[in-house]
Amino acid sequence: MADESKEPKPPHVPTGDKPASSTPPVSTPSGKPADASEPAAPRKPPAPAAPKPPVVLQTPLDNEFVTRFRAKFGAALLQAMEDRKQAILVVERARLMEIALHLRDDEKFDMLSDLTAVDWPKRDKRFEVVLNVYSFAKNERLRVKVLAADAEEVPSVVGVWPTANWQEREVFDMFGIVFSGHPDLKRILLPDEWQGYPLRKDYDILQQDAAWVRENLGIESGQ
Amino acid sequence: MGPQHPSTHGVLRVKLKLDGERVIGSECIIGYLHRGVEKIAENRTYQQFAPYVDRMDYVAAVSSGLGYCEAVEKLLVVEAPPRARVIRTILTELQRIASHLLWLGTHALDIGALTPLFYCFREREEILKIFEKYCGARLTTHAFRIGGLQYEAYDTLEKDVERFCKDFESRIVEYETLLTQNRIWIGRTKGVGILTAADAIAFGVTGPVLRASGVKWDIRKAMPYAAYDQYKFEIPIGTTGDTYDRYLVRMEEMRQSRLICLQAIENIPSGPIMGKVGKVLKPPPGEVYHAIEAPKGEIGYYIVSDGTVQPYRVHIRPPSFINLQAFDRMVRGHLVADVVAIIGTIDIVLGEVDR
Repeated sequence: MADESKEPKPPHVPTGDKPASSTPPVSTPSGKPADASEPAAPRKPPAPAAPKPPVVLQTPLDNEFVTRFRAKFGAALLQAMEDRKQAILVVERARLMEIALHLRDDEKFDMLSDLTAVDWPKRDKRFEVVLNVYSFAKNERLRVKVLAADAEEVPSVVGVWPTANWQEREVFDMFGIVFSGHPDLKRILLPDEWQGYPLRKDYDILQQDAAWVRENLGIESGQ
Repeated sequence: MGPQHPSTHGVLRVKLKLDGERVIGSECIIGYLHRGVEKIAENRTYQQFAPYVDRMDYVAAVSSGLGYCEAVEKLLVVEAPPRARVIRTILTELQRIASHLLWLGTHALDIGALTPLFYCFREREEILKIFEKYCGARLTTHAFRIGGLQYEAYDTLEKDVERFCKDFESRIVEYETLLTQNRIWIGRTKGVGILTAADAIAFGVTGPVLRASGVKWDIRKAMPYAAYDQYKFEIPIGTTGDTYDRYLVRMEEMRQSRLICLQAIENIPSGPIMGKVGKVLKPPPGEVYHAIEAPKGEIGYYIVSDGTVQPYRVHIRPPSFINLQAFDRMVRGHLVADVVAIIGTIDIVLGEVDR
């Protein structure tokens, strides 16, 4: 399956302007505010069944925490939103370290649950590095994202949350994103000599490092 | 040490830097079981990918499956019906007991106590029989479906669970008789592999390892999912964060799981077992992170949808992978013989570490 044929949709675009899919949303939770001002523009003639109001899953986030954050970091906060009631902040890549320290020490997000990346090859900045942090004190999760183009480095947060060590290595291994300031950035799951970054969208599922397979396993790779 | 070493429970290679018999540094070499699960996910539909998650933590497949199904349900903005949630809870708690039993048996075996393994497998077998009766599989069960359950509970499920729980109470006492006051066991585990609460949080450690360090945190209580908000249970915690504490915490967790099962079978609501999901799942574009308390810690799924039938990105936060990272901190200063005890006490499954 050619992944490029899938139209990568920025996740932070409000659902209102997505192309109407052939199947209606599976469920419309009652009580959800329908965004009546921006109805989905159906490209196909409307189905005979009663059209359901579009479900708005992504909404801008503006609470006390965001206000505090904006006051401190101003333009470094590129976007604050909620997707399915989960808070997401998109922040300036260069100031990630400072923001991470602030989140850990002042906002008590003391655990980094998860660090990963998503590849959107058609965008200007193709990589999204995603940090899921958790606060024991508030019992809250928060997702922080930074954007990086190919060959742009992302500041490492190992100094803030040591658990990022292996997780950043995994992202480097799978996407080839370099984390500046990482103490020991090398492949973790794949062999050190492997060529290519498998979780990039332009790396086909059947693709392998044929030379490595031939040399180390003594077989022809199955691609 | 490794990759082929019986105490590593799979293919883990550990480079140890020694000063005589003391470990002064270590490095884990992983990836021998890497199958590219996350890449596979991008090339399968949401339903097709569900059985793959069973192959990560293959000794606790029910828990991995629950996390995935609930994450996709969140992405679809649907909920499983109450009956499905309760049955899910029962099976997941049985799976927690089974996973802890396997851990206890092999961990004790590593340290030199041969007998508990046979007892643990005797009880684990009963749980696997319940799984087999329910869905036909013992290990990689694929017990749940996105939106609910495929199979209705079989007629004697409650009875089977009740009988198991009744027996199990005295069985835990048997294990404890063998180990808790055993001088060799205490000598091999007390003060070994200490992890402080601050270190545990910094390394992102979750599950029984975190609780043994004294942090009272369990996702079942903190952010309840399935039907856990309906049941009463305690979160056991340790004080020093050593291997012995982790043993005590897991023993108590099995007792609590047993209590949850007993409460759950008392009142399984009637009604449908499948929520309103279509045959073709096309979650609206967006993303979700959903984590549950697996036997080994927080298993999280970060799923990005682009509105098609295939996930755009699935990232799995495996508890074993993250917990193993704290190994270096725990092993420094200990003897080579303790390395085996410390690997065992983290309770890793390499299928999940490498994915």
